[in-house]
Amino acid sequence: MGIKLNALLKSPWVFHLSTGSCNNCDIEILDCLTPRFDIERFGMLLAGSIKHADVLLITGSGNRKSMERVKRLYEQTPKPCLVVAIGECALSRGMFIHSYNCPIPVDKVIPVDVYIPGCPPKPEAIIAGAVKLIEKVKKGT
Amino acid sequence: MIYILYLVVYGFLATAMVGLLASWIDRKVTARVQYRVGPPLLQPLIDIVKLLGKETLIPAGASKTTFLMAPLVGLASVIVVSTLLWVNNIFPGKSFLGDLIVVVYLLALPSISIIMGGFASRNPLASLGASREMKLVLSYELPFLLVVLVPVIKSGFTIMLGDILSFQAQSGAIAGSISGTLALIVAIMCMQAKLALVPFDIPEAETEIVGGALIEYSGSGLAIYKLMKNMLLFTLPFFLMILFMGGLRFDGIHLVFGILKYVGLVALITVIRNTNPRVRIDQAVKFFWGPMTIIAIIAVILALLGK
Repeated sequence: MGIKLNALLKSPWVFHLSTGSCNNCDIEILDCLTPRFDIERFGMLLAGSIKHADVLLITGSGNRKSMERVKRLYEQTPKPCLVVAIGECALSRGMFIHSYNCPIPVDKVIPVDVYIPGCPPKPEAIIAGAVKLIEKVKKGT
Repeated sequence: MIYILYLVVYGFLATAMVGLLASWIDRKVTARVQYRVGPPLLQPLIDIVKLLGKETLIPAGASKTTFLMAPLVGLASVIVVSTLLWVNNIFPGKSFLGDLIVVVYLLALPSISIIMGGFASRNPLASLGASREMKLVLSYELPFLLVVLVPVIKSGFTIMLGDILSFQAQSGAIAGSISGTLALIVAIMCMQAKLALVPFDIPEAETEIVGGALIEYSGSGLAIYKLMKNMLLFTLPFFLMILFMGGLRFDGIHLVFGILKYVGLVALITVIRNTNPRVRIDQAVKFFWGPMTIIAIIAVILALLGK
């Protein structure tokens, strides 16, 4: 593993992207930045602009309007970048699986590296997912 | 040849090292103020290494040359300024006539490079950030220039940094007098605005205009801007130390005092940035052209009267 990837894993700046979620997952993501969990000790920061981001956190079921934007934003992220799907909706569309407005899940549109289940997942689960992501990148490729 | 060595060793390496360390102190103190643990020691360096390894995207329709050149202009000016300051401080005999004016001019260039980069990136939010930065430069430069006059008057109308330093070595720091104290207060406010930190982080307000002028920068361009900002976090307090507090001296106990002065200034910047909300741009202009300019003029008059 090169210095490039090593540095990336030690300072992943995250960008959170809601594709039509109920906002619970977004609130839980913001919880990770609070003093109780403090993910800045692992070097993670919340990036405001997609051009500064290394990790895309995707929440929500991905409806017809937002999936185009997700694809465009993924293309705008400077590579190498990682994608994390958070919450039941982003994983499998949850209760909206039969909805006319959610024809395809997120991972059919862009490659997803880690799935974090839960409705919404606890901050502990999100941090555990981030650890698994780092282990996965360290081990493979 | 020796000047290239100064440029690389003092201007770049020493400044970048101290600047990255200061940026870590800033983040750590911020975290402790909020009852968090905070990032590890090497975090600012890791951030920059990571950004250097990432893809550099150029927005469609942007002016490519200006977009890529702007960060380099800013970094180069910071390197030259810090070389001048270090060399003046270590070998006071080597200063030349008018280097104070050169330093003041070069310290305006980082802001101008951010304005260039913002306007070149063809993004409405970046243009908004750049125009705010321009207004901020216009507002803080007036009191800053007035304040720089105080040490000049105090040390017998000299515009050489070396003379100001040797004057302070003989007859105590300028901040010890009334006019010096007033000038130092105004200078610290101007420094906060020059560093674009809260309460004057209007040009890059993360929550309003998502990064302002830097919104379209990615990869190495962003890395150079981050490095420039971290280096400014050393250069500006160091400049104020030279002007008002007798600079950094390397003989015996004075070295400890010098380091304490620097750490004190950085801690003050951090505390100001953690205890204040962001002001609007019109409030910032009113603040700098109103109270700050008046205090600066009073300080200049007191200095002329010899107080």
